[in-house]
Amino acid sequence: MTILVLAEHQDTLLDEATAKVVSAAGRMGGEIHVLVAGSGCRAAAEAAARLTGVAKVLLADEPSLSNRLAEPVAALVVSRAGSYGAVLAPSTTNGKNIMPRVAALLDVMQVSDVIAIDGPDLFQRPIYAGNVIQTVRSVDAKTVLTIRASAFPAAPVAAAAAPIEAVAMPDNPGVSTFIGSALSRSERPELAGARIVVSGGRALASAENFDTVLAPLADTLGAAIGASRAAVDAGYVSNDLQVGQTGKIIAPDLYIACGISGAIQHLAGMKDSRVIVAINKDPDAPIFQVADYGLVADLFEAVPELHTAVAAKAGA
Amino acid sequence: MKIVVAVKRVADPNVKVRALADSSGVDLANVKMTMNPFDEIAVEEAVRLKEAGRADEVVVVSIGSEKSAETLRTALAMGADRGILIRTEAVVEPLAVAKLLKAVAEAERPDIIITGKQAIDDDANQTGQMLSALLGWGQGTFASKLVVGDKAIEVTREIDGGLQTVSLQLPALVTADLRLNEPRYASLPNIMKAKKKPIDERTPADYGASIEPRLIVVRVHEPANRKAGIKVGSVGELVERLHREAGVL
Ligand SMILES: Cc1cc2nc3c(=O)[nH]c(=O)nc-3n(C[C@H](O)[C@H](O)[C@H](O)COP(=O)(O)OP(=O)(O)OC[C@H]3O[C@@H](n4cnc5c(N)ncnc54)[C@H](O)[C@@H]3O)c2cc1C
Ligand SMILES: Nc1ncnc2c1ncn2[C@@H]1O[C@H](COP(=O)(O)O)[C@@H](O)[C@H]1O
Repeated sequence: MTILVLAEHQDTLLDEATAKVVSAAGRMGGEIHVLVAGSGCRAAAEAAARLTGVAKVLLADEPSLSNRLAEPVAALVVSRAGSYGAVLAPSTTNGKNIMPRVAALLDVMQVSDVIAIDGPDLFQRPIYAGNVIQTVRSVDAKTVLTIRASAFPAAPVAAAAAPIEAVAMPDNPGVSTFIGSALSRSERPELAGARIVVSGGRALASAENFDTVLAPLADTLGAAIGASRAAVDAGYVSNDLQVGQTGKIIAPDLYIACGISGAIQHLAGMKDSRVIVAINKDPDAPIFQVADYGLVADLFEAVPELHTAVAAKAGA
Repeated sequence: MKIVVAVKRVADPNVKVRALADSSGVDLANVKMTMNPFDEIAVEEAVRLKEAGRADEVVVVSIGSEKSAETLRTALAMGADRGILIRTEAVVEPLAVAKLLKAVAEAERPDIIITGKQAIDDDANQTGQMLSALLGWGQGTFASKLVVGDKAIEVTREIDGGLQTVSLQLPALVTADLRLNEPRYASLPNIMKAKKKPIDERTPADYGASIEPRLIVVRVHEPANRKAGIKVGSVGELVERLHREAGVL
């Protein structure tokens, strides 16, 4: 079986999620090709060609692919899918947007958010916000999977690069046009791949408090900032920082939850973190049931104190 | 303008669902059921478009057991005009749901279809996209804002990096995200009125679509629980333990 991986990238940069999906594809057994679809994306294709396990990179470099609109990207993937037994993408918002379209056009069921691959047609995936794990066998002739990147290691960089082959874009279905985007800019690491995440909940009570209370700690730790849905809904931080069942699902080395109660939907996004710290003034908050280290305290005192202690340690 | 909204009956989001002892599925006996939260948002958006004079009719569709009629009633009480129940006891996968909804769309000819972004039971996040592909329509997934024009709709989408706005030629499909709106509670008079609104009952066979599953569930199990941690007495102790015990600082 030959496997096609749809790369996640920013044209000039390949996202780490791609390397993780390549390693997931490796567990299915078979030759792995990576499709890089974008505009001015040769650099991303070159990076993909250097991932261990990749036999070939397909490069579709077209202005119409610059914003990864689902309709043209799905048309492209379907036009190449004929010779592949499986098509994989990370469960990023691009993967979730594009891949079900691919699956429907191929008349197959997508297996969403795969966390383990037990064979070429046997997959584990969480359901009910990760309260239960379902193992499914696909009976479709092709499998279409989105992969939870945080559940797989990244494929390492190889010594030799795989060949890159240019592929043509089929006709754009032309039913959608890009109008604009408002992307969050931050000097901090990306939430999805960060080693440490400092997360805030409703208790932060304002956008200013995210800046003045959480941000100094995050910056001293070199951490990303995350948030609960309540904090995002209240407008304290932007939507792309939401951690949870319906936001980003992450597994950093260290997750520090500040003023977050620990609803099922939030836990779904962070309970696979290696070490969890919870700071909450309610000793009965459910977050303590998953925390390795719990501190019952007012975050407005504990977080600045933690910042001072961490900064002192870094300086020592 | 006509809007079709797909609504699914699911376990209440506050329930911690468990696997059955024989690992064949999840235990839904005596579990409180409700409308999928994202679908409430989808219904709310459609009703608001009607109230704003942009839409004339809101049709809600559910695929499931007889009990899914309750979910349709909830949507009717929120302000939808009529319901379609495609009745089956079988588990219907997103691809089959999409095929049934496609058949409904061909009969109803809506200008906009709104689904939830994901059903909180199967967490599949794919039905809307599949439906849009089968119809050859444009899709605006994970929507946090809609601006409906006569020939096109502008959809602001929640994406990993922030927000993206796309314009879709009508007819088009939208999947509702959490911040699109805050759904209303139906008032008692509206709940009473909803009892008189029509629900058309069908079966999958009426639409000639196969609902044969493509994914065979081999096992359903609960993930290993994290082992209970400890409470630390002070910030100093926390830093010390993160450094010496956990090795993360
Ligand atoms: C369909 C659906 C999807 C959802 N998806 C998500 C999701 O992806 N991610 C997500 O996070 N949620 C999600 N939710 C929402 C979730 O159910 C909770 O409502 C949400 O996580 C609560 O956020 P919170 O913990 O910040 O707020 P709260 O539950 O209000 O908790 C605030 C906590 O702060 C503590 N506190 C207050 N003041 C202080 C202080 N001074 N110092 C220390 N502690 C303090 C309180 O004790 C409390 O525990 C979803 C819900 C639904 C229905
Ligand atoms: N059985 C169903 N009946 C009606 N709508 C459904 C059904 N299953 C899924 N949907 C719709 O599709 C959306 C996404 O579901 P899913 O792809 O299963 O996560 C839901 O929010 C509903 O709007």
